[in-house]
Amino acid sequence: MSNSEVNISRRSFVEKSATAAAALSIAPGVFLHTVAEAKPAEQAVTSAVRWGMLIDTTKCASGCTACVSACNTENGIASHNRPRTDQQWIRKVTLRDKQTKHEISLPMMCQHCESPPCVDVCPTGASFKRKDGIVLVDRHICIGCRYCMMACPYKARSFAHETVDNTVDYVPRGKGTVESCTLCVHRVDEGGTPACVEACAEAEHGAMIFGDIKNPESEISRQLVEHGGKQIRADLGLNTGVRYRGI
Amino acid sequence: MKKIHLEQIEGKSTGYLGLIALLGMFVLGAIGSMLYMEHEGHWVSGMDNQIVWGLPHVFAVFLIVAASGALNVASISSVFQKKIYKPLAPLSTLVALALLTGGLMVLVLDLGRPDRLIVAMTYYNFKSIFAWNMILYNGFFVIVGIYAWFMLDRTMKKYSRYAGIAAFVWRLALTTGTGSIFGFIVARSGYDMAMMAPMFVIMSFSFGLAFFILVLLASYNGTGRPLGDAVVNRLRSLLGTFVFATLYFVIVYHLSNLYATEHHGYETFILLGESGGETYSNIFWIGQIFLGSLLPIAMIYAPGVKNCRKTLAAACLLVVLGGLASMYTIIIAGQAYPMEMFPGMEVVSTTFFDGATTQYSASFPELLLGLGGVAMTLIMIALGIKVLGFLPATLEDSIADPHHKAE
Ligand code: SF4
Ligand code: SF4
Repeated sequence: MSNSEVNISRRSFVEKSATAAAALSIAPGVFLHTVAEAKPAEQAVTSAVRWGMLIDTTKCASGCTACVSACNTENGIASHNRPRTDQQWIRKVTLRDKQTKHEISLPMMCQHCESPPCVDVCPTGASFKRKDGIVLVDRHICIGCRYCMMACPYKARSFAHETVDNTVDYVPRGKGTVESCTLCVHRVDEGGTPACVEACAEAEHGAMIFGDIKNPESEISRQLVEHGGKQIRADLGLNTGVRYRGI
Repeated sequence: MKKIHLEQIEGKSTGYLGLIALLGMFVLGAIGSMLYMEHEGHWVSGMDNQIVWGLPHVFAVFLIVAASGALNVASISSVFQKKIYKPLAPLSTLVALALLTGGLMVLVLDLGRPDRLIVAMTYYNFKSIFAWNMILYNGFFVIVGIYAWFMLDRTMKKYSRYAGIAAFVWRLALTTGTGSIFGFIVARSGYDMAMMAPMFVIMSFSFGLAFFILVLLASYNGTGRPLGDAVVNRLRSLLGTFVFATLYFVIVYHLSNLYATEHHGYETFILLGESGGETYSNIFWIGQIFLGSLLPIAMIYAPGVKNCRKTLAAACLLVVLGGLASMYTIIIAGQAYPMEMFPGMEVVSTTFFDGATTQYSASFPELLLGLGGVAMTLIMIALGIKVLGFLPATLEDSIADPHHKAE
């Protein structure tokens, strides 16, 4: 089961590294050869890395929606002017502390949980977690039952309530299935950064850091060691890949 | 006890054919609704990204839960060896299978991709309680089907008790599984209780029996076959017990929720209608508690109406409506109540309704889809009793009641 899930993920998102990884499991000898033609080995989907994000709410500007716009453009998400049913992969939320009246602003999206309830409940296995911690929906086997939406504690998922137009080819989407933030897996697999993180930096807020939280040398790990990073609803024990400062 | 004679109904009267035609129209209506919602997308329904399971799920879960309960009569006769229920056991299996079919039909037609039913049948995530439920539902068809066959087939009759026991165990698992669908949702205040599964079991007893009694009364009435008070009054008092037990369980459920601080918000929402929960609270008090529990209990136990079939039928109908109201409060109100994501904080602005109560109103296609499931159930029963001898030719007191004495 888990093997085939992983294979599906690779096929949909990183065709080339799939070949590499398959070669690895079948014949190690062929592996090096394939990699030489395709991409560096460290980019294969492996549990040696865990992709995560650290969001500094003290730097996140209230009213700024650069991350949201960037996500929509990158993933071809268009509004039908029906807020109740429009898909939203990332949203901006402003919160006020009930006691101190201190206000903070933060982006909410799929938290890429280590123990994702959405994956646990999905009847078909369409919701799955890659070895590198990215939680995705395989839209070819999603039956649109919406149980994952019932189970996600962060309201991170949207159901495609109407025909999805202007899709981009690296993000398969479709009416009647569920979708959520992919951590821009198509960029990450090419060694890039999620669109929201890039946009936040371009807007000169730099409130979002992306990286491998398993690598102690990475910027995100150093920041986490130094300043910490809280999980939203830590009580659920999901060990989220997206962490926040200042909440 | 005299020999019970099971016999098909003729099924040629205008009334019968008219009934089938009417029910057929409702099923077509459901299919039409499905096509409409699939073609346009679910935005035309009352559902959205906050209320992801709407009225169709209310009907579907009700029917599935009732399916298990409708098997009670058969279970009591075979597992607990109560003779008076024996002649009704085959009908009980038929009603159970028909209810499950109706419920699953609604569930499947409400999927975002009903065309991928085959995917649902071939890809299983064994960690998912939902996937286990699919196995439980399929198994229910097989086991209850075999049970019905053993009862109706003279040569296999001797094994029917064992099949009955298997069916009994399986149906308990099925309702537990259905209840667990909600029990496993840890993040929503209305749900995370180990009590969800047992509550579904006890609810199934009363919803299923009420539905069964309605079918029994209607089919004997429609065919003009004799139905004595002995059987009917037995069922009446059994229903009274079940409705009472369900009410008791619901009270315990909410009281114990009041003990847990993290559930206080949800309880004031559903019990007092706070934080925008007025509609849901009304459905709870008026639908589930008053119309669905207290009134039927009064109608069942009131001294003057003991042998009154109409009162019993009305009470059963109320239990069914109350059952739908119960599912509505569990499924819809449970989602409408905002998820607590940031304790100690209030939401100043959001584009995704964080911290806000959702007001759901079902659309017409959703209602049609749900009613289509009920119609599907009734068609199966009507056809079943025509094709096979599920219905005893007579249930006169002198025949049905082993201890009958002429009054
Ligand atoms: S945030 Fe929600 S959708 Fe994302 S992994 Fe966790 S449970 Fe799944
Ligand atoms: S909607 Fe799709 S991804 Fe979500 S639980 Fe159902 S099948 Fe899985």
